[in-house]
Amino acid sequence: MNGNGRKERSGDEAIRLLAPQILELLKGVHQIELENFAMDVGDLELFIPMGAVSAAPVRNDAAPARVKPVELIAEEYVPQSVSYPAKVREVVLGATKGSGGSRCRSITIGGATAPAYSAFSTTPDKPPAIALDVFDMEVQLPKVLKENVSEVMGDPAEWARMNVKKFGADLVTVHLTSTDPLFRDTPPKEAAKTVEAVLQAVDVPLIIGGCGDPKKDSLVFSEVAAMAEGERLLLNSVTLEMAEAKTLEPVARAAERYGHAVLAFTGLDLNSAKELNRRLYEYLPPESIAMDLTTVALGYGLEYSFSIHERARYAALMGDTELQHPVISASTNAWGAREAWMKMAPEYGSRELRGPVWETINAVTLLLAGIDIYMMMHPAAVLTLRNMAARLGTPGGQYPGGAGDWVGVRL
Amino acid sequence: MNEAREEGKRRKGIREISPIDVYKLLPATNCRECREANCMAFATRVVNGEILLTDCPPLLTPEYQEAFVRLTGLLAPPVRAVTFGPEGNTVTIGGKYVLQRHEFTYHNPPPIAIDVHDLMAEGELLERVQKISGFSYNYIGRSLALNAVAVRCTSGDPVTFRDAVKKVTGACSLPLILCSPDPRVMEAGLAACRDRRPLICAADTGNWKPMAELALQYRCPLVASAPGNLSALRSLVRTLLEYGVEDLVLDPGTSGDAGLSATIGNFTAIRTEACRNFDPLFGFPLLGVPMAVWSGDEISEDVLRWKEAVTASVLLSRYADLLIMHSLDGWVVLPQLIWRFSLYTDPRKPVSVEAGVKSFGKPGRDSPVLITTNYALTYFTVESDIKAANLDCYLIIVDTGGLSVESAVAGRYFNAGTIAASLTENKVPELVSHKTLILPGLAARLSGETEEATGWKILVGPKDSSGLAQFLRSRWPPEA
Repeated sequence: MNGNGRKERSGDEAIRLLAPQILELLKGVHQIELENFAMDVGDLELFIPMGAVSAAPVRNDAAPARVKPVELIAEEYVPQSVSYPAKVREVVLGATKGSGGSRCRSITIGGATAPAYSAFSTTPDKPPAIALDVFDMEVQLPKVLKENVSEVMGDPAEWARMNVKKFGADLVTVHLTSTDPLFRDTPPKEAAKTVEAVLQAVDVPLIIGGCGDPKKDSLVFSEVAAMAEGERLLLNSVTLEMAEAKTLEPVARAAERYGHAVLAFTGLDLNSAKELNRRLYEYLPPESIAMDLTTVALGYGLEYSFSIHERARYAALMGDTELQHPVISASTNAWGAREAWMKMAPEYGSRELRGPVWETINAVTLLLAGIDIYMMMHPAAVLTLRNMAARLGTPGGQYPGGAGDWVGVRL
Repeated sequence: MNEAREEGKRRKGIREISPIDVYKLLPATNCRECREANCMAFATRVVNGEILLTDCPPLLTPEYQEAFVRLTGLLAPPVRAVTFGPEGNTVTIGGKYVLQRHEFTYHNPPPIAIDVHDLMAEGELLERVQKISGFSYNYIGRSLALNAVAVRCTSGDPVTFRDAVKKVTGACSLPLILCSPDPRVMEAGLAACRDRRPLICAADTGNWKPMAELALQYRCPLVASAPGNLSALRSLVRTLLEYGVEDLVLDPGTSGDAGLSATIGNFTAIRTEACRNFDPLFGFPLLGVPMAVWSGDEISEDVLRWKEAVTASVLLSRYADLLIMHSLDGWVVLPQLIWRFSLYTDPRKPVSVEAGVKSFGKPGRDSPVLITTNYALTYFTVESDIKAANLDCYLIIVDTGGLSVESAVAGRYFNAGTIAASLTENKVPELVSHKTLILPGLAARLSGETEEATGWKILVGPKDSSGLAQFLRSRWPPEA
């Protein structure tokens, strides 16, 4: 346009003269380069037919003859309640003496009827259940985590007891890490003994973690399922890899036969999650399946986990039956981020605080996306998550007066 | 309000706008001045948010003025984009198209402002401003930083406030938010930073008239504040719009304590009405104030910082477009900067780097060969560790669709097959005379199947690449 011999003027000035709608687009969204954009006022007067712009929202243009209001114009806000056609299934974990197990209580996860903490729900959100981790061998842990558990490391039963008594775990996850053929290759019978010892040490429901090898996990889970008949364990996890290795069926059948639930684990892909569930429906009732859609650490892809959980929950509530399962998050994975455990320059704070806050933010972020049950490590993260869930889950909670007080507070 | 909702129904969401809707209003000359193949290709990329209307030069000429205005209206985000700050260093907030990021993508990462107040001693004030403008963190090759200073009036005195604003403007070029409910104080502050176009915080149901006058006079955006009362907030917005103030920011109140449920509920309600129903009174950026936790009863500063960190992250996830924080401690700020960056990446495009093979230092025929995935953070982390340790080596980057090693192993994007293919495709056997591959520690379980599939010997490397140098010292060259 400049080549047409028109008068040059600064981009900003030209834009101020344009209609508000253009202003809106140009001001924002993308950082627009304005230097090539110049326009003569005459053009604008000729070419902007304001009345004809029907697609744009009617906003107040900058007409100089405006009558300024002298009083506040009253508007009302009426909350809109939204209901969803479907709900998430409930899965019961742990069985009491009355129902064939030996736990002091069972825990029901799932049952959501609306997106978590959405303000449109008529029923309060159920607080998530929290499982604390126990490993069956010495594992490498960040210093901040290790100092809490160093006395019980290597003794899963003691460790489990501490998780329940000292840190208030709702459930305990027993990771049978040592069964990994790459580590100790602990045989299934011995792994089942470890689980038995933990069952005797604590009376909360248990989650049983495998080593990730589809063949070995199948053997271990089947053994553990039979040994703990009726306890309603959550077997963590079954995968599409197992389906490939033809080991899914025996595990699923063992879970069904001995009264346990399974955790269907897939890597950040809803189609895979649905496919795995479809395969599991052949062997198990849907009420025995929870999903692990993968939890990635803050800074390493937490946003993928966040979005996939938001998508899954919304689809479930809109009627996708293959996704109507409660979801788990291993916020322990937050410790994989180096910002959580590494010593850094002083301006980034001590890792004693940075690590726990990392796990906390990982957990709380996914709480908003609808997590029903957590696998966690640090006591401060557990405490904060419980507090947050309690606060967020009290709908219509009184808004304290003076939330604007921060402006004048002397710090 | 019903009128407002009716008005909203005539609009289309960004996902409902088809390339045809845009194409119909384009010049349709296929002139290729935009460097796209034709006008339809241009329309498609505009609808995807990849390029802008202003990338079409003919559209900016008088001939297509009407079409430009109509297209602008068609593509306007339901949440207005508001800009403040000095020329050359502005921040833009809002401009959102969707409620959830997976529906499209979020635009305009929320700036994080840190507070100072006018009763701070000069030295303390200047030191704090220095710290705010100096804070940065290098994350996957990008520098993450704090973005603004919120100057609060705690003195109640216009002259004291003016002096504080002057000191801050003298010490940094960051955008400012001026915070006081008193119009006399606000005017003194505005007069002290005329060229900065600060954000005025805030107009409420009591002071709205003089605050609106100031916003018009100084041409600054204005925060409309009605903590915990959405009817009052709507009244305020409607009134300010009628008054002629268009660049508004909404403050529905922040509480990190008992009012957290109401806070998140209000943020969610406002953003839902804006994005789902195109409500014009709620179609503005949202101000979240994590520093509100500091006005509660808690005494322990570490507890307050902890609360502020968690509240800030929740507000980022739940639609805040701008944050005002008090804590400057790295462990509080760092997770916010990283979460903000993550949340605002385009979910349609994984953050990834190109697959291939890279050489570091001066690798020879007996140098180690490492392998990793093409997730940007994974790659940049490994790269910086290799460089820091001055290693001579080759690094194969496998296309895992931008997933990290752990996720890619779980999702089977990183497996014996893709590893074997990458060795062949990158002609790795021609680069070195040995047949040993170092797998990431997090892919340890693939070692057996990979040895079978490739015929290479596998060494399982450290779980975190910060351990590479140590690992190679003890394990390279491998024993025969």
